[in-house]
Amino acid sequence: MSLAEVAETPAAAGGTPGPPRTPGPLWTLGLLRNELSTTLRRWRTVALLGVLAAVPVLVGIAIKIETSDGSSAGGGGEGPAFIAQITNNGLFLVFTALAATLPFFLPMAVGVVAGDAIAGEAGAGTLRYLLVAPAGRTRLLITKYATTMAFCLIATLVVAISALVVGALLFPLGELTTISGTRIGFGEGLARALLIALIVAVSLIGVAALGLFVSTLTNSGIAAMATTVGLLITVQILDQIPQLHALQPYLFPHYWLSFADLMRDPVYWDDLIRNLQVQGLYAAVFGTAAWARFTTKDITA
Amino acid sequence: MAPYESDDSRTGDEADGTRAGRRRATRYAVPVAVVGVAAATIGLVPAFAGSGDPDLPEVSAQQLIEKIAASDVQRLSGTVKVSSDLGLPDLGGLESSLGGVTGGREGEGSSADPSSRLMELASGTHTLRVAADGEDRQKLSLLDKAAEYSVIRDGDEVWAYDSASNEAYHVRDAASGSAGKGAEDRSGDVPATPRELAEEALKAADGTTSVTVDGTAQVAGRDAYKLVIKPKQSGSTVGAISVAVDAKTGLPLKFTLTPASGGAAVIDAGFTEVDFSRPAASTFDFSPPKGAKVTEGDELKSGGPAGKDGRADKDGRADKARPGGAGDPGKEFEGLNVIGEGWNSIVRFDTGGEGLPSGEAAGGDAGRFLDSLGDQVSGGFGSGTVFTTRLVNALITDDGKVYAGAVTKDALVKAADAAK
Repeated sequence: MSLAEVAETPAAAGGTPGPPRTPGPLWTLGLLRNELSTTLRRWRTVALLGVLAAVPVLVGIAIKIETSDGSSAGGGGEGPAFIAQITNNGLFLVFTALAATLPFFLPMAVGVVAGDAIAGEAGAGTLRYLLVAPAGRTRLLITKYATTMAFCLIATLVVAISALVVGALLFPLGELTTISGTRIGFGEGLARALLIALIVAVSLIGVAALGLFVSTLTNSGIAAMATTVGLLITVQILDQIPQLHALQPYLFPHYWLSFADLMRDPVYWDDLIRNLQVQGLYAAVFGTAAWARFTTKDITA
Repeated sequence: MAPYESDDSRTGDEADGTRAGRRRATRYAVPVAVVGVAAATIGLVPAFAGSGDPDLPEVSAQQLIEKIAASDVQRLSGTVKVSSDLGLPDLGGLESSLGGVTGGREGEGSSADPSSRLMELASGTHTLRVAADGEDRQKLSLLDKAAEYSVIRDGDEVWAYDSASNEAYHVRDAASGSAGKGAEDRSGDVPATPRELAEEALKAADGTTSVTVDGTAQVAGRDAYKLVIKPKQSGSTVGAISVAVDAKTGLPLKFTLTPASGGAAVIDAGFTEVDFSRPAASTFDFSPPKGAKVTEGDELKSGGPAGKDGRADKDGRADKARPGGAGDPGKEFEGLNVIGEGWNSIVRFDTGGEGLPSGEAAGGDAGRFLDSLGDQVSGGFGSGTVFTTRLVNALITDDGKVYAGAVTKDALVKAADAAK
């Protein structure tokens, strides 16, 4: 029910004024597909995904070289989580790669895509044409958010699959030992890896909503991206300051590494659930804030 | 003009401005309301959760103590949260590097050696998982960030596994006698579960102690009685010990030690989750993963002194914190005396050396550093330095005598005067 729909009616109906047309669900799906393919075909997005796919390759090769003389990787428990187990089971490369990319690379990629979502269109002068098409602001915003969330999942899966392929090529696979010391079969390990990838993707929806909100505040795509990534870094730093420990459980990256709890046996759910709650809260707050801003602002570009 | 205006404005009249403004305000109210609801939920849910004290038949303190003694829980699994705030100076990385030296991360030892790991419990907040199935199958796991440290006992096999470094430590209990026992003792040195802590506290219950039942509470979703243990004498730094005892099984579920000086609990250990059914058999089934570095307990014989050092340290931190444990350091030191009784026991021993140089006698930066950690005192005994934590205070006199106990500074000075 937007003005844009009303504005579109005469053109769409070939000049015969009629009742405002409500776009059907198929149309919305088409819009989403269109958005998704536009986003994924951008060179910027391809480059981001390429960098993400390269991280597990680098980690895998580095460990292979380091351990070629028989020494163990990450001796003494240094380095990213799970790194000591990779040489014995390539599946652990998936967990290490996600643990290595989650603090910065993944949210940065999501921040770039989310920050660009509205502000990029506005900066390129295409936002008003999108609204002239029977999109409606709320619908467009939801489509943009859905696209960003799809990108979260795609980016996470790119890291996970790249890590799985590299791990399978360079290291043995097979039965694995959970961090609690119990053994699980390779099939269950693979299922847990998939679940972990999903949890990591969901961990990013908070930063995606934040980026979308920032994106509605400005008409410059670059400014929105820079602000989102800057906020991400600031919050990550705040999360490290011990004096702020009372505040930290409410920061969106605080429980990010809780995905590792899925590798305990039995799974320790407390932090995982808290992570989902925090992400849901950020998505709700910044999603509605973006909606309030976007549906009431003047579109001048 | 269409795209310049907001969503459903169809008329371009004058009232538009105020209407748009009002609509903007209502829309922004949505995220504000979401924040409000979230804040209210975060603030109110714990308050409501804490209000429902269960209705249980009254018991006397004596009956409750007997219930604890008779408690025979063989099978359980659960999650325990332990927070300790002994008020020790935060040594941060220094502490772990010391642990590395004694535990021998670089030496022939293993980071999976229990003696080097369970010390971590002496400070901070930790989440532990416990599982037990009868006398010979137990598992204790220390949950770290993205890693876990487990001690698993299955019959006469004892394994410790550190997932962060992928190292394992193995001891055969029956076969290798002393070494195995040593590891077991060491793993039992820091009582972590509420039950062990409660038993230690009750050992100290004698004429100097008042034990009362103080209502009921909900712990880990179970109905429990609260047993409060208080020293009768003054001069102790222990304010009160509160133990929540499961009404059905008699198992202590939560242990809280509050200092006499007030403030947060010094030790707070309690189940957040407990289940009395038999844990899965695979829980206790450990074989080292491929490529894991396995250290056999026997190889660590040369590491004996290191283990002992760690133990002395723990005695200083944990055992002395409990009046019942005061006799323990006797194995380590010559010339040890216990002054006083009950909660006000003070351990006195002679280091045989010069003691710590204090005041002007202290030369150089090291002396100044030590001075900054302690307070100078003087009295009938001479002068010395008092090192304080929230629970244990120690007086080291300039002539090399050490007085330590869970008592106030004045009580230490008085004891030192009396001993002179």
